[in-house]
This record gives sequence, structure tokens and C-alpha cells, in this order.
Amino acid sequence: MNTSIKVLIVDDFATMRRILKNILKQIGFKNLLEADDGTTAMEALEKNDIDLVISDWNMPKMTGLELLKWVRANKRYAKTPFLMVTAEAQKQNVIEAVQAGVSNYVVKPFTAEAISEKLKKILK
Amino acid sequence: MEAKLINPFINATLHVLETMAFMKVRPGKPYLKKDNVAKGDVTGVIGLTGAANGTISVTFQEKCILAIVSNMLGEEMRHLNGDIADAVGELTNMVSGQARKELEELGRVFKAAIPSVIMGRSHSIAHYTNGPRIAIPFSTDNGDFTIEVCFER
Repeated sequence: MNTSIKVLIVDDFATMRRILKNILKQIGFKNLLEADDGTTAMEALEKNDIDLVISDWNMPKMTGLELLKWVRANKRYAKTPFLMVTAEAQKQNVIEAVQAGVSNYVVKPFTAEAISEKLKKILK
Repeated sequence: MEAKLINPFINATLHVLETMAFMKVRPGKPYLKKDNVAKGDVTGVIGLTGAANGTISVTFQEKCILAIVSNMLGEEMRHLNGDIADAVGELTNMVSGQARKELEELGRVFKAAIPSVIMGRSHSIAHYTNGPRIAIPFSTDNGDFTIEVCFER
């Protein structure tokens, strides 16, 4: 797994961004950017060469699902791996995310091992 | 209120705190709460709509939430502040999500709003409906917290 890539973490809760950053740093990732909602994430994507997006679903202004659809509809980012990390665990949520082109899906609460395993699958 | 609507919130709470804060918590006996005064010092509230309309709240004693967030972040938290409020919001969100997953398996589908957080001694918890408030006390080695579940009649 290439840990030198640039990762964008999107979540409206700073606590969750810190937890994910801690886990990613333990795995070896160093280039970590943050956004607290979908619209800020769009700006970060436009200004940086992001290699992986890890996003929450339920956020104000723009949801993670809307961000995912925007990413997939934009030629520049269409193939960027996108991991949804969300408390939305109902079947319909997973179906919508898969239909929108999510790379993988992690339900909160999660372990560090679960995040690591999903990233290995996405970035292999 | 049906017990089968309450159990998913107990199971969700145990799972969330064990997974994210590495803490074993002990549920107490649910009871009907008559007033709106919070049992804790910081409370997360989230609205639910769908199979029924209502709210759930999670209210923590100061010592308890400081221990929980310290474990979640891997650093010692000493005071109630914005970081704690943020963590309570996310914990409430996760309890809601896990409970809704179990409720879906019972044929009850709910959607959740974005949680809000209230902080301060003896604050009030405003549930959006006037249905019965079922309180579920939990204890930890570092203090107590209480979940309230309130659905319309």
C-alpha cells in the first residue's frame, strides 16, 4: 500500500477527523488534508492533487453522497478512490453509495484494523 | 413504548463505546423519566423521523465523558470544552446510526437529523415530541451517563 499519497478526510466532526488522522498516521500516511463538509472538500479537491477521499455521509451544506456523485461526475477525479466512513448503516444507504460509485464503505463505529483493511483493498 | 424499540439503543450504546472508547459499560434498568432536567453535564440530541417521529439524547457526567473522549483520542482531556461537545455529537450520531441499523432489521426504518449538543449543569433536554421519555442509565468505572428515547405516542 502506497502511504505517500495525499488523503483528504471529510467529516463535520473534528473528533472523527482526529481519530481517522491518528489511524492513518499509524498506518504510515503523512499527507493528510481535512475538510469539514462537502463544499470545503470540493475546494480542497480543486486546489490539491488528492489521491484518496475518506468522507462522512451525514454533513451540513453538502452530504458525503452528494460529494461522491460530484467526484464521479468530474473527469479530473472520477477515478479517485472514495471511502465512505459513516454512521449510516441501513441497506438503502449502502445501495445508494455503491450505485454512486463508492470504492468501499465503513460503518461507524469502527476499529483501526477495519480502516486499514479497507484501504488495502482500495489501494492495492 | 415497545421494549423492542428500546433494546437497539442499548445495544448500540454498548457497541459504540466498546469499539471507539474501548470501555465496558453496564446498562441499568430503563425507567419513565418525568422531567426534562439532564442527568449529565453535556448532552447530545438527535431527531429521528420515519417509522415514528422522536428524539434520542445521550447525557454524560463530566468525569465520564472526559474519560470516554480521552480514550477515543488517545490523549488526556481535562475540561469540558468544544472538543468534548464535538465528540458528544459524534457519539450521539453513532448510537443513532447503530440503533437505526438494528431497527431496520425489525422492519422499522428511520432517518436521522444532524445532532445538537448542550453543555452545562442541570440544563434541560428538549425532546421534539410529547411522548413518554424512557431513560436508560449506564455506568462505567469513570462515572455515569443516560440515554433518553422519546417517540410520539
